[in-house]
Amino acid sequence: MPGLPRPITVPSRGSASGRGLRHPEPPKTPVAPVQRRRRRETAAAWAYVSPAVLIILGLGVVPVAWSLLLSFQVDDLVTPSRWTGLDNYAALAQDPHFAQAVGNTVLYTLLYVPLSILFGFLLAQALNRRIRLVGLYRTLVFVPFVLSATAQGVLFSFILDPQFGAANSLLHHLGVSPQGFLTDPAQALLVLVGITLWSGTGFCVVVYLAALQDVPPSLVEAARLDGAGTWRVLRHVTLPAITPVTAFLVLWQLITSLQVFDLVYVTTKGGPLGSTTVIVYFVWEQAFKNFTAGYGAASAYVLALALLVVVLVLRVLRRPGKALR
Amino acid sequence: MTTRPARLEVPATRALPALRRPRLPFSPWHLLLVPLALVFAAPLGWLLLSSVMSNAEINRFPPALWPSHVDLAGFRYVLDNALFLRWFTNSLIVSAVTVGSNLLFGALGGYAFARMRFAGSRALLGLMVATMAIPFQLTMIPTFLVMKKLGLIDSLGALIVPSLVTPFAVFLLRQFFLSLPRELEEAAWIDGCSRLRVLFTIVLPLSRPALSTVAVLTFLSTWNDLTWPLIAVNHDTTYTLQLGLTTFQGQHHTNWAAVMAGNVITVLPVLLAFLGAQKTFVRSITTSGLKG
Repeated sequence: MPGLPRPITVPSRGSASGRGLRHPEPPKTPVAPVQRRRRRETAAAWAYVSPAVLIILGLGVVPVAWSLLLSFQVDDLVTPSRWTGLDNYAALAQDPHFAQAVGNTVLYTLLYVPLSILFGFLLAQALNRRIRLVGLYRTLVFVPFVLSATAQGVLFSFILDPQFGAANSLLHHLGVSPQGFLTDPAQALLVLVGITLWSGTGFCVVVYLAALQDVPPSLVEAARLDGAGTWRVLRHVTLPAITPVTAFLVLWQLITSLQVFDLVYVTTKGGPLGSTTVIVYFVWEQAFKNFTAGYGAASAYVLALALLVVVLVLRVLRRPGKALR
Repeated sequence: MTTRPARLEVPATRALPALRRPRLPFSPWHLLLVPLALVFAAPLGWLLLSSVMSNAEINRFPPALWPSHVDLAGFRYVLDNALFLRWFTNSLIVSAVTVGSNLLFGALGGYAFARMRFAGSRALLGLMVATMAIPFQLTMIPTFLVMKKLGLIDSLGALIVPSLVTPFAVFLLRQFFLSLPRELEEAAWIDGCSRLRVLFTIVLPLSRPALSTVAVLTFLSTWNDLTWPLIAVNHDTTYTLQLGLTTFQGQHHTNWAAVMAGNVITVLPVLLAFLGAQKTFVRSITTSGLKG
């Protein structure tokens, strides 16, 4: 009777009975049907997850350990590596280029994260209303986000070209003297922040728009009936309601800005005078340009640990806020 | 009945227009939003305009801000370049395979984690989710070494294998499958349907929002990626479009019209996909944003 046992294939019950029950009847078949089915199910489950497990763990967990080992070695990616203990980390602590890369990354992050979230929130406020063409505005604000950093980089190197670029041409019309932009060590990092704000603010806008639509209108209405003005509604209703989204955006933008690489590679290659060398660029340069992979791995580990600390601090900071409400 | 109160209000509404008369015929928000939208649109507009300018117009100072006529020399130059078409094909292959395999393996894995019981599944899922938090630069050097050991460096395989399936795809699809009512699937099991058939004929057709989210985000990240191709590929016949574009800029920096034409072609698939499925795109970004 192959059709009979089928109806009781609810997985939870099957697993409980399979382990607990001892069949009282004489073992006519070598394996009880329930057990056999369970075994087949386990085999099937492993077959389903194995591609994902092999690739994700093989290329996710293994490299983390490998990277740690590498960071204690001298490795040029070709010849066998040599164990040097903490030498790489000691050298990093002394390396002015690494210090500069850390400084640049921190400055970039401190500018980009708050500004993108602030602009994103303000724009979402402006775009969260029923006026004509609002769909078009939303599209225009968001489109830069889907462009690759390469495309952005190529486009802005063209626009900001000191001699032939449209930006200086516009400034010329306005009577402002031509700027160096990406070729000026004092401006390059700020210009990069500007480019990422152009492309990244749309993401914050979209996330905030989704969040604003979830703010219960009844709350806003109640506050208005109680005589609250625009500012107080914002302060006491909207902002608290979207706090979780803001926390998410802080974390997300932080992670993306600490990992910025493509745009730097395309526009400035870390220059001029190292003014835009960010940490990931430094890691890439060490490993794949200077072929000091161990040194690169060590600097990547420093960044990863810094990220971990930042995430943990943010978590701790978020908790009391939640408890208050 | 309702007309009477309305009539009573007439004096009031008549008084108001006197106050509102100097107001604009449109919402004042447009005064803020039009310049802002221009700021976001201008660089893109300039990309399109400069791609159809002649080099003479681009190279004079100050450069022309509007093309005198549509000049397709840049596009012709790019499309005559056999390597450029190769890069386009490479990008297309890598993105298509990556999207397809993420949907397939993500669905299989996600379904097993959502509906099937096997020893260690929770720990395994936890570990896979944890790998989402590993920063890419930590894994990029060893991943390069793994690809080298596998003999894949300098082939499209090196570009595809590391992103065949992402923890994001598995996790997102699992969460979605959990939200589906079990009863539908149980009915099919009782009728003697196999697990795999249940997945493909019942679960996946119901999961289109989640599948499109995975497809959109996988396509965006693969098509737009520069870092990994830069590391994994050295020979220009295996370049992707993004990587090719960076070399293009250096080699042909006098031919800006061609560079911009190449840039337009690079962003075109993403732009078309976005404009064609804007709702799907935005929903993908927000769901991944709010839950990932």
